[in-house]
Amino acid sequence: MTELNNSELIRLSAAQLAAKLAAREVTSVEVTQAYLDRIALVDGGADGIHAFLHVNAEEALAVAAEVDAIRAAGGAEAEALHELAGVPIAVKDLIVTIGQPTTAGSKILEGWHSPYDATVIKRLRAAKMPILGKTNLDEFAMGSSTEHSAYGPTRNPWDLDRIPGGSGGGSAAAVAAFEAPLALGTDTGGSIRQPGAVTGTVGMKPTYGAVSRYGAIAMASSLDQIGPVSRTVLDSALLQEVIGGHDPFDSTSLTDPFDTLVAAAKTGNVTGMKIGIIKELHGEGYQAGVENRFNESLELLKEAGAEIVEVSCPNFKYALGAYYLIMPSEVSSNLAKFDGVRYGLRVLPEDGPMTIERVMAATRAAGFGDEVKRRIILGTYALSAGYYDAYYGSAQKVRTLIQRDFDAAFAQADVLISPTAPTTAFKLGEKLDDPLAMYLNDVATIPANMAGIPGLSLPGGLADEDGLPVGIQLLAPAREDARLYRVGAVLESLLEEKWGGPLLDRAPVLGSSSTIAGGSN
Amino acid sequence: MSTDAILSFEEAMEKYDPVLGFEVHVELNTKTKMFSSAPNVFGDEPNTNVNEVDLGMPGVLPVVNKTAVESSIKIGLALNCKIAEYCRFARKNYFYPDTPKNFQTSQYDEPIAYDGYLDIELSDGTVFRVEIERAHMEEDAGKLTHMGGATGRIQGADYSLVDYNRSGVPLVEIVTKPIEGAGSRAPELAKAYVAAVREIVKNLGVSDAKMERGNVRCDANVSLRPHGRERFGIRSETKNVNSLRAVEHAVRYEIQRHAAVLDSGEPVIQETRHWHEDTRTTTSGRAKSDADDYRYFPEPDLVPVLASREWVEELRATLPEPPAARRKRLQADWGYSDLEFRDVVNAGVMDSVEETIAAGASASVARKWWMGEIVGRAKTADVDPSELGVTPETIVELNKLVEGGKINNKMASQVLDGVLAGEGTPAEIVEKRGLAVVSDDGPLLEAIDAALAAQPDVAEKIRSGKLQAIGAIVGGVMKATRGQADAGRVKELILERLGVEG
Repeated sequence: MTELNNSELIRLSAAQLAAKLAAREVTSVEVTQAYLDRIALVDGGADGIHAFLHVNAEEALAVAAEVDAIRAAGGAEAEALHELAGVPIAVKDLIVTIGQPTTAGSKILEGWHSPYDATVIKRLRAAKMPILGKTNLDEFAMGSSTEHSAYGPTRNPWDLDRIPGGSGGGSAAAVAAFEAPLALGTDTGGSIRQPGAVTGTVGMKPTYGAVSRYGAIAMASSLDQIGPVSRTVLDSALLQEVIGGHDPFDSTSLTDPFDTLVAAAKTGNVTGMKIGIIKELHGEGYQAGVENRFNESLELLKEAGAEIVEVSCPNFKYALGAYYLIMPSEVSSNLAKFDGVRYGLRVLPEDGPMTIERVMAATRAAGFGDEVKRRIILGTYALSAGYYDAYYGSAQKVRTLIQRDFDAAFAQADVLISPTAPTTAFKLGEKLDDPLAMYLNDVATIPANMAGIPGLSLPGGLADEDGLPVGIQLLAPAREDARLYRVGAVLESLLEEKWGGPLLDRAPVLGSSSTIAGGSN
Repeated sequence: MSTDAILSFEEAMEKYDPVLGFEVHVELNTKTKMFSSAPNVFGDEPNTNVNEVDLGMPGVLPVVNKTAVESSIKIGLALNCKIAEYCRFARKNYFYPDTPKNFQTSQYDEPIAYDGYLDIELSDGTVFRVEIERAHMEEDAGKLTHMGGATGRIQGADYSLVDYNRSGVPLVEIVTKPIEGAGSRAPELAKAYVAAVREIVKNLGVSDAKMERGNVRCDANVSLRPHGRERFGIRSETKNVNSLRAVEHAVRYEIQRHAAVLDSGEPVIQETRHWHEDTRTTTSGRAKSDADDYRYFPEPDLVPVLASREWVEELRATLPEPPAARRKRLQADWGYSDLEFRDVVNAGVMDSVEETIAAGASASVARKWWMGEIVGRAKTADVDPSELGVTPETIVELNKLVEGGKINNKMASQVLDGVLAGEGTPAEIVEKRGLAVVSDDGPLLEAIDAALAAQPDVAEKIRSGKLQAIGAIVGGVMKATRGQADAGRVKELILERLGVEG
């Protein structure tokens, strides 16, 4: 039926796939099987990408077959199908799913099956999008490299010796390696955007509350947000429209409808728009190749009719410090439920009395990795009587100051712009023993979480010195997600015009023995 | 179990001035739980009224139950509190298996209701004002049952079972300011205060208010200070005192115990105490210091609760008649004297009397039964009259049997004993025990003739018009019929037999 071979099929964007499915030029089973074959080819083995913790082949093909049957039958039911029906998707393993394990990248949940679906999963099911499987992540989404996954790291498709970013390295790598056209991520301090930057993919952190968090295993409740991972800006907009909108099960989810996101991505325009460079989020501490690509994007936007202005957010220098008080404080409480009493791992103490306290302690000691323990200890300390005001209290004040900085900045600019991450992908193991160096990866992404505003990262080209992807981050005021898609789509098309095609076309070919053996430079 | 030394209450009062404080937890009777859509139902199979939220499954989020907020505001208003326009929940962090998330979602420093008072009427009519510090919303924990071991406590148990049905049930905790100046009436005030709170929440319809089911639970704080000293003494907190009588006894006991400790020159230990109904004593629980660190912080999964003034006023308009006003109205409706009504109230049977009247009895009949029959039995059984097990329907049925001449009052009392012994309905017991009034005049006449023959001098007196002498003959007949005769009918028959006009 299809004129495309599988390797061409998997390189189509979600929007292109949707069009071909609707035109019945290809079936969802063909598409889904092509992706499952791709996963089988590149994901496993010692030098595999290892983006997936679980592959959900049977159910994905069943959903695909159902969509195909509905389309073949035609009529009202076929017409009522969602635009993305039959387009497969991968899901970060922090989001709970019936019928598949959910581990959060942790030993403490090994083998656990959720009795309920996250709201976003319900919406994917309602749209009849086949779920390919669950993607790797830093344990409980704590990290910037996926090296903190209890199930081993994910590799960057651009260089298998390098990290794919984190915590959502699995979702980003899966999309970058053409193992999925779309994926879901979660972003607490940059976990969607930073992996997007270092893998040459698009990652969107919506406005806090734009997408229900119900069923996303909480890391830091006031910062967490589920969002799309894709290869194009339009694809992220399409996916956000599927998963977004009010959810009565999440009282922090927004009730007002947004502007149409897909329309914004399709009618990109920056003429007369003011785009603000954040003085504090580039320059010193940023890799030269990152700066170069950032400046190139600014030039392109200027040529397209945007006005580039500079804004200052003086309190951003406190953002990382405040984030590493608020986030661990919430972590220390959110992760208390993992105690071996009701579900997941239960470890009995080797000797001594079998009291509930000792069973809980043994379970948590064995079940959590070092980074998780580090943050639980930090947060427990920050919330303790006598320290609360100095740590948690002060951090909340910084949060207010960051929000004010954004308010002032958005009074001068419609959209803010910065590099997404200060560097390109670093080597596996390079920063594993230096938590502070690891934390600095999120310096540009954290402010958006602290203020609850939306942030979009899109590919900005390759750094001259290492040939690795650089991410450009766009920020808009809360609820102005559409504005990001509008500007992002323009910048994307300008850059692709310059490159002569998508950036991922320049990524090494995977799945041939030479690439796997060759590894990195 | 160690026994603490105590002073007599009188001596304790001579030397010391008690200061009280109460934390009363009220379980709301909302259809669903505080933060989930699971049913809020008491007494079902363990772990059936739970969903993923109540079990603290990964990924779940709480959503505030609007009805629970409304109920809390109503309680606040009934306690004359101010209602916060903006308030938040917090997390109280501690590891314990009855708390599935290992934190309790509770209001902390931003209660929905604060700065109120409640006027408490004591048995002699004195009104004592108790200041309310706050009423805040929280969720209940699951229920642990410790198996094995002698004490039923976790220490020494072989294992523990947990039922999460109660986990997430909405609670309102009502906290008083320190209550000073009650003096020797402190135990009475304690009971009256908890009774008043229970009455209010029941009257509002926001709680089933059954103390025996734990719908209303009281923690009683007691401290003593020498007369004339302003600074409070060190307090103990007696947990889960779950009947009105127990509240009174626990406060009284703690006053006596504190007094003995202070007399010995030792400091009172700040701790929780467990109440034992069987011995009417308390034992040491866990040391409680202000340094307990629950690492409270605002609950980030919940948006703040906003109570607009319009909403509060709408709710205020729906409040039922306050209990004090209700008492005035009931007294007038029932036509009881002040003394009669106060006796009914103090005996704790006002609601029962009201229910009995609603079931069809007259006001005087209802009072006669509750005050004349049931209160005394409750005292003997050492329970609250309402907990004795007498339903309004039983009383109405008994009264019908009496008024219909089927049984007399004396038999009715025996039938009531039978009902309480579980022998069946009044009609069944009359049948089973063969208690019907003898209405066939034949056997009665025989007994009358025998009685008249046995006391010819009395018979003569009656014939000569001294009708008051008839009692002796009636007594003889009743004795002969073992009380089963209708005394009125006996009297008629005697006069008839003797040819005397009654």
